[in-house]
Amino acid sequence: MASSNGTVQATTRTVRFRIERSDGPGRGTRWEIFDVPVASGGEGSGSANVISCLQWIAAHPVTVEGRETTPITFDCGCLEEVCGACTMVINGKVRQACSCLIDDYAPNEGDEITLEAMSKFPTVKDLFVDRTRLFNDLKRIKGWVPIDGSYNLGAGPRETPDTQQVRYKLSECMSCGCCLEACPQYTLEVEPSGKGFVGAAVISQARYFNEHGTGSTLKKDRLDVMSGVGGVSDCGNAQNCAKACPKEIPLTESIAAIGRSTTFHRIKQFFSGK
Amino acid sequence: MSGSDRQRVLVVGGGLAGLAATIRIAEAGIPVDLFSLVPVKRSHSVCAQGGINACNEVARQQGYSEYEHFDETVYGGDFLQHQPPVYEMAHWAPKVIDLLDRMGVPFNRTAEGQRQLRLFGGSLYKRTHFAGATTGQQLMYALDEQVRRYEAEGRVNKYEFWEFLRPVIDEDGRTQGIIAQDMRTMQIRGFRGDAVVMATGGCGLVFGKSTNSVMCTGAAAARCYKLGVQYGNPEFVQVHPTAIPGADKLRLMSESARGEGGRVWVPAKKNSSGQWEPHPNSGMDPRQVPQDERWYILEEKYPAYGNIVPRDIATREIFSACMDGFGVGGGNMVYLDLTHKSPEFLETRLGGIMEIYRKFVGEDPVEVPMKIFPGVHYSMGGLWTRYSADADYARVKGGSMAFDLDREWDPDERPACGLDPEATDNMMTNVDGLYAFGEVNYQYHGANRLGANALLSCIFDGLFCGQGVVKYVQGRSSSPAAEVSAAIFERGERDEEEIVRRLIDSSGGENAYDIGRELGEEMTAASTVVKSGGRLESALVRLGELRARYDKLSLADTGMWTNQNLSYSRAVGDMLLIADAVLRGGLNRKESRGSHYREDFPTRDDANYLKTTVATYNTGTGQADISLEDVEIGLVEPRLRTYGAVESGEKEEEKATAGASGA
Ligand SMILES: Cc1cc2nc3c(=O)[nH]c(=O)nc-3n(C[C@H](O)[C@H](O)[C@H](O)COP(=O)(O)OP(=O)(O)OC[C@H]3O[C@@H](n4cnc5c(N)ncnc54)[C@H](O)[C@@H]3O)c2cc1C
Ligand code: SF4
Ligand code: SF4
Ligand code: FES
Repeated sequence: MASSNGTVQATTRTVRFRIERSDGPGRGTRWEIFDVPVASGGEGSGSANVISCLQWIAAHPVTVEGRETTPITFDCGCLEEVCGACTMVINGKVRQACSCLIDDYAPNEGDEITLEAMSKFPTVKDLFVDRTRLFNDLKRIKGWVPIDGSYNLGAGPRETPDTQQVRYKLSECMSCGCCLEACPQYTLEVEPSGKGFVGAAVISQARYFNEHGTGSTLKKDRLDVMSGVGGVSDCGNAQNCAKACPKEIPLTESIAAIGRSTTFHRIKQFFSGK
Repeated sequence: MSGSDRQRVLVVGGGLAGLAATIRIAEAGIPVDLFSLVPVKRSHSVCAQGGINACNEVARQQGYSEYEHFDETVYGGDFLQHQPPVYEMAHWAPKVIDLLDRMGVPFNRTAEGQRQLRLFGGSLYKRTHFAGATTGQQLMYALDEQVRRYEAEGRVNKYEFWEFLRPVIDEDGRTQGIIAQDMRTMQIRGFRGDAVVMATGGCGLVFGKSTNSVMCTGAAAARCYKLGVQYGNPEFVQVHPTAIPGADKLRLMSESARGEGGRVWVPAKKNSSGQWEPHPNSGMDPRQVPQDERWYILEEKYPAYGNIVPRDIATREIFSACMDGFGVGGGNMVYLDLTHKSPEFLETRLGGIMEIYRKFVGEDPVEVPMKIFPGVHYSMGGLWTRYSADADYARVKGGSMAFDLDREWDPDERPACGLDPEATDNMMTNVDGLYAFGEVNYQYHGANRLGANALLSCIFDGLFCGQGVVKYVQGRSSSPAAEVSAAIFERGERDEEEIVRRLIDSSGGENAYDIGRELGEEMTAASTVVKSGGRLESALVRLGELRARYDKLSLADTGMWTNQNLSYSRAVGDMLLIADAVLRGGLNRKESRGSHYREDFPTRDDANYLKTTVATYNTGTGQADISLEDVEIGLVEPRLRTYGAVESGEKEEEKATAGASGA
């Protein structure tokens, strides 16, 4: 419907995509180049983005050399930057592909865009990576509110609008992995060891659950993980993470908050001998 | 080992419906295998923005009640719903909100720390709970976290990046499990389950561009339908009035924008007889358009509801204004204006969608009115399901029990006209042991869904009907799926491998992406806001051509490692089946009701069509056989649905004006 926008004129330009491809784990990488026609200037028709271009390539999988190839494998879902699936490295910077507008990145005829898979997660194929480790680490920190079951037991704890606003911001983390890709301390593990650095996203989630009335009952367990191997002390404070987060989650603040809590936690442990 | 130790439930889909079901079933001690195309945390439900409805104390003290919520929902749905399930859902809604609250959902709060409320379409009361403008995401994460907890405890096994291919149904018509494929290794294998819950969401992609996520093809539902599961009301597809057009999808601007005061208008001028005419310079800077040259198309026609009339009505008004030449700049766009609201208010209430608009359009809705147009959004139709009404329903319907609406009922004492909590068949399809929850279930929303009722129906299905699944599974502990012969699973695997082999080997030169795009364009043109018999007929002819071309596909990727090309191509075949049912259902329904508007039959016809459309796949013709089935309307008598439109001559009672004004 909205596509039947007949009255608006659009012109077409060609954008060149350089894409790093891989046939599977440990099978090496190669580059392929595609020219994609992109409509521009059509007000209301919406700018093309990296995903719409990858979809175009899927329907026309031919390289600039005229060689037939396979469609690019990539991950996506919502196409509006809320699911976190489509994270990749675009022109050297990690971000979501769906919100990467071609009009911003390649405004002129012949402009180039480079796509690579994230390097901190094992590649499954092409731009598609396996982020299981991130979800496993959420288990490590017991990232949940330990409710007494799903039966009707009335409302949860009341909350001030201020705390709500803080928690809401933290809760917007979509496990996209941008902060992890950008972090110098977070390194690729081909098989998740369960001991690696958890990274900013998970530190921030620990803070999120500690801030909730019922969630805080597991605070001790979370701080145990945070003060152990792979916890907050692995962070070198480079703050790349906060700059990379598309949701502008206050990661530096979360790291500082958890850093302080673990310090108290260790002092308490020292005196109680536990 | 006794049977019950080896019993398990398979939940297909990890959106709100699938996660809620998983929690309920795992909590009861039955292990759950949870399947999803994507990590469940990334399911389509994260897109939901505006909120979730439930009666609450503030609204209650203004005269609202669970009964009102129920009544609004069936009125909004143009009376096409079975009433007992809606009644039960409305009564459960406050409990659902409380549970989400306990799980830690960061609902917006008042100064006292209570849950904040907002207005939403189809109601004059504030009864929508929300977390900014990313409510779906916040609810999803809360449920995802609870499921992760059960996963850590070993009660839930996740199969993410696995694609459901078919249910496994034995000779006696009983569900014994599913066949699924690992989308990385491409391995196809059978899974045994004592019950299977389909929670696979909607089918927006059948219409090409929609507000849905890319996984919403409806393929999983089609794969059940192909094996004999009936499909209900396929022709009812909601077109949301306010989306931003995009190259790859239509991005929603939530109804909450209007609930929070957003106004829909177009530049226009009044002629000498006081009629609006298209503005000679409608593309001018909207901020420069004088007040008396702004036609507030909804407010003028619907003084009581104004901008918060239900979606089907708003969509048709916007659509016809554009068809009549009133669109901004002569195009298909109208303004959705929030610029009269303060930036702080907009940030805390609507931050999420303001951000989407800024990111994808590059303009700031705080400064400039947004440009929007309707887009395909939600499928009221879905797998057909049954239910058992609770004890009092038949009494009230038959007149032997009075339901006194003027009396102030304690919600717990009100007549039990909803669902029987002891029943095992609530939201079970026509196939024994195969359930459908969430958007893939055709219940609750009738001919038009009210905003912020979908999240509720998804979670309600999971929690309430999940109990029925538990009882069903307990009831077959002496004949668990674990003891069924392997042969039916092997046969299912072989059949699916055969489908894959045919796709891989096919070399007719056709491209699945082209067919998918053309299907979407045709369905959008023929079967959305305005339909007609002739246009639906010609769409069926076109569909026949597309199906013939589909048989001559050539896949660009024939490899057997993470082959998304194969997965998409297979889904296109399934989308063609859903499209057939949508068109045939629409052709058969010679009336207009809710989202289904036939210009050749522009009025509602209760005598002939106050009925559910049931589509049954005909294996001989490869098409849908359409039949009609009575709707249970024992509680509320169908009435005319006007929303107090000025020209209808009816005036909607000024109910809770307190709800319609204020913050
Ligand atoms: C932009 C937008 C905003 C909305 N806002 C609101 C709102 O404010 N309030 C409201 O009430 N409703 C809203 N809705 C509607 C609501 O979001 C959906 O109806 C609801 O989220 C559907 O949830 P679900 O659990 O049924 O399915 P989904 O969330 O769609 O989940 C489907 C699941 O099934 C899986 N799946 C699908 N196919 C397969 C397969 N073949 N194999 C394996 N797994 C499969 C997917 O991976 C996914 O996990 C909105 C919808 C949209 C599009
Ligand atoms: S601040 Fe810590 S977590 Fe963030 S990028 Fe630096 S090292 Fe990584
Ligand atoms: S913290 Fe930000 S960058 Fe990191 S995973 Fe969450 S949303 Fe992504
Ligand atoms: S597709 Fe969901 S974030 Fe890009």
